[in-house]
Amino acid sequence: MASCLHCGLEVVGAGGGGGDFCCRGCRAAYEVVQGLGLASYYQRRRIDAAQRPLRPDEDAAAVDHGGYVRTGDDGIHCLHLMVEGLHCAACVWLIEKVLSREPDVVSARLNMTTRRLVVRWRGEAARAGGLVAAVTALGYGLLPFDPALVASADQRRNRELLRAMAVAGFAAGNVMLLSVSVWAGHFQGMGPATRDLLHWLSALIALPAIAYAGVPFYRSALTALRAGRVNMDVPISVAVILAAGMSLSETLRGGPHAYFDSAVTLLFFLLVGRYLDGRARGRARSAAERLLAMNATAVTVIDSSGGRRTVPPAEVRQGMIALVAAGERIAVDGRVAEGTSDVDNSLVSGESVPVAAAPESRVFAGTLNLTAPLRITVTAVGEDTLLAEIVRLMEAAEQGRARYVGLADRVARLYAPVVHGLALVTFLGWLAAGMEWQQALLVAVAVLIVTCPCALALAVPVVQVIASGRLLGRGILIKSGTALERLAAVERVVFDKTGTLTLGRPELTGTHAHGDLALAASLAAASKHPLARALASSSAPAPGVREEPGRGLRLETPEGEVRLGSREWCGIADDGADRGPEMWLTGPGRDPVCFAFTDRLRADAAAVVETLGRMGMEVSILSGDRAATVSAVAEQVGITHWRAGRTPEDKCAELAAMGRKVLMVGDGLNDAPALAAAHASLSPATAIDVSQAAADVVFQGDLLEPVVEAITVARRADRLVRQNFALAFLYNGVTIPLAVLGLVTPLLAALAMSASSLVVIGNALRLGRRR
Amino acid sequence: MNALLYLIPIALFLGLLGLGAFLWALRSGQFDDPEGAANRILFDDDPIDEDRPESG
Repeated sequence: MASCLHCGLEVVGAGGGGGDFCCRGCRAAYEVVQGLGLASYYQRRRIDAAQRPLRPDEDAAAVDHGGYVRTGDDGIHCLHLMVEGLHCAACVWLIEKVLSREPDVVSARLNMTTRRLVVRWRGEAARAGGLVAAVTALGYGLLPFDPALVASADQRRNRELLRAMAVAGFAAGNVMLLSVSVWAGHFQGMGPATRDLLHWLSALIALPAIAYAGVPFYRSALTALRAGRVNMDVPISVAVILAAGMSLSETLRGGPHAYFDSAVTLLFFLLVGRYLDGRARGRARSAAERLLAMNATAVTVIDSSGGRRTVPPAEVRQGMIALVAAGERIAVDGRVAEGTSDVDNSLVSGESVPVAAAPESRVFAGTLNLTAPLRITVTAVGEDTLLAEIVRLMEAAEQGRARYVGLADRVARLYAPVVHGLALVTFLGWLAAGMEWQQALLVAVAVLIVTCPCALALAVPVVQVIASGRLLGRGILIKSGTALERLAAVERVVFDKTGTLTLGRPELTGTHAHGDLALAASLAAASKHPLARALASSSAPAPGVREEPGRGLRLETPEGEVRLGSREWCGIADDGADRGPEMWLTGPGRDPVCFAFTDRLRADAAAVVETLGRMGMEVSILSGDRAATVSAVAEQVGITHWRAGRTPEDKCAELAAMGRKVLMVGDGLNDAPALAAAHASLSPATAIDVSQAAADVVFQGDLLEPVVEAITVARRADRLVRQNFALAFLYNGVTIPLAVLGLVTPLLAALAMSASSLVVIGNALRLGRRR
Repeated sequence: MNALLYLIPIALFLGLLGLGAFLWALRSGQFDDPEGAANRILFDDDPIDEDRPESG
């Protein structure tokens, strides 16, 4: 099978005019790239099979960019866009080059990490549409957004952590330089004057650094204390501040031991852990952002005088008549007043085969009108639509999930009071034994420092970062910090059917004569119906093809009429068998030809179900589709427990009834509440944005293997986290008695801390090592 | 001992220079796109007369 020169997908259907491209859009895109002299793109590019394919989307809903264009004082317009379909750096190069070749563009910069494109141009603000079209014609998806709304709090926090880390690193290096001199001096007879000088220098470097770099921890500790809780940051802040204070007083007194190096390196290691943690969590907000962006489309309304107006969705009222063009997304719930068309209900029901819409049938916001314009009487708008209801169900479920407390926080709750109590007991004990109070306080501070909160603080983030990084390399995106823990605990897996167990797109099956296929393809190219798209090739549609919504396509030829469409319309007798989606081709002088389509199962679906069974998990299917198709799929895949015809609320109820820790895998809007309510959830990257936003993990590609992979890695990560905690406590077990007895010098404290942190990190790296 | 009196300040000064440079780089946004920066070195930029792409 040949691959399309532009997007790399297989070329199916008729080999129409040149089997080099899979569709017209790809051919046009190829010509654009060649024409701009950027053909080296194709040599450099590495197709990421997991990303959205580079097929230009011909029926993408129109988005109004005007509201997002910002104009600076110098007359330069600026537009921020999110980009979908970036396969590798060559795509970044291509997009930037294509845009900068436009004459009025001042700059175009694509941030590869966040996938955000910033375009600046002179001249008219209305150019925005043309510039965006230049890029979408190549097959990328672009969506405008308002940078002020989108979480830049994340970026600010990461920068703050980096700054603190830089300062702490600088201070740690220099203070350690001085401290090693002092420790060496203990053994080599350094005089007190030199030692004091070095202590004063350490104080000069360490104190400002501690005051600045510790701010993230002090802030978090204060917030927790004010809320009446204790988190991991409280003992850290106490230890650091006490250590600095005690060391300062020791320096003032001319004493032999100062703990500046311990305090600063503690801060440094902790900041490293915190930064890694922030990087791991900061990904994939984009799905939720896209959902926000989706509400931007304006609605065309027909007013009483018969004229058309375009209004923002917020101004549409019940009872108004809205006009929805072919290829446009319906923005309101309503009843069809006039027109017949096919509507893609996959957003709501999960089924990719369109449903016919005729006067009096109900349509829902978020679905796609495919073939012909419709006039709709609005019944519900905005917050009252089914779409909004489903999103609300989902948000309510997410609230419940947000209360899950991670293992690290649970440990912190126990750990902090124990550590503080121990330090206090040490202090009082030594006082009672007759030591002077500064000495006793010094010993107590040593106890606080040496109880190694840095190893504990690193234990979880390090494993999470390595696990997330490894999964990301396989096209599996972990979106939340506690996702791995919850994933490791699941005992039962529930799959949705369409789009999850199956690929979700109709594909042509069977063999057909080349001539029949070519003729059918030339008719099909004129329609946006998914079945027709599956048939069409890159050839142009035959001229004169007319589409009858809900029925098919017809073409008048000199010999007679050629029809491609549904069974009854083509005049074929119904033999009663339920055969799934199909199209018939009839014409003068030819026998009727049947084109059958199936929604193919993912290649490894049966194997994955078997593996899950072997891992000790029960597998079920919950689907919104008819019982006949669901049972057929269940049999093919080897699942015995299945339910069909489930609405979104039903799915949530069933999950709750299952009781045990359930993993939900789904893709449609009708799965979103269940995805949010389940203990852990996965969603394929082909799912709609709301589901991707609701799921914990998003996986790319056409295989189900990522489900098994994610669970396996999560379980191993869980084991490693517990090992890390064990190692950290082991260190504590050895060093705490030493500290309580007053035997821990700053040298020992620093050694213990660094060694424990390194051991914890080393242990976490084992995750990346084995297969 | 005399050496310490001027060597340590020199070391600190050099260290502060490095820190200052890092903080400047951070503020000018050079750490916002680590993946893009890694890949951009491989891009081929057109020669200077790129605003005349007549040779397509």
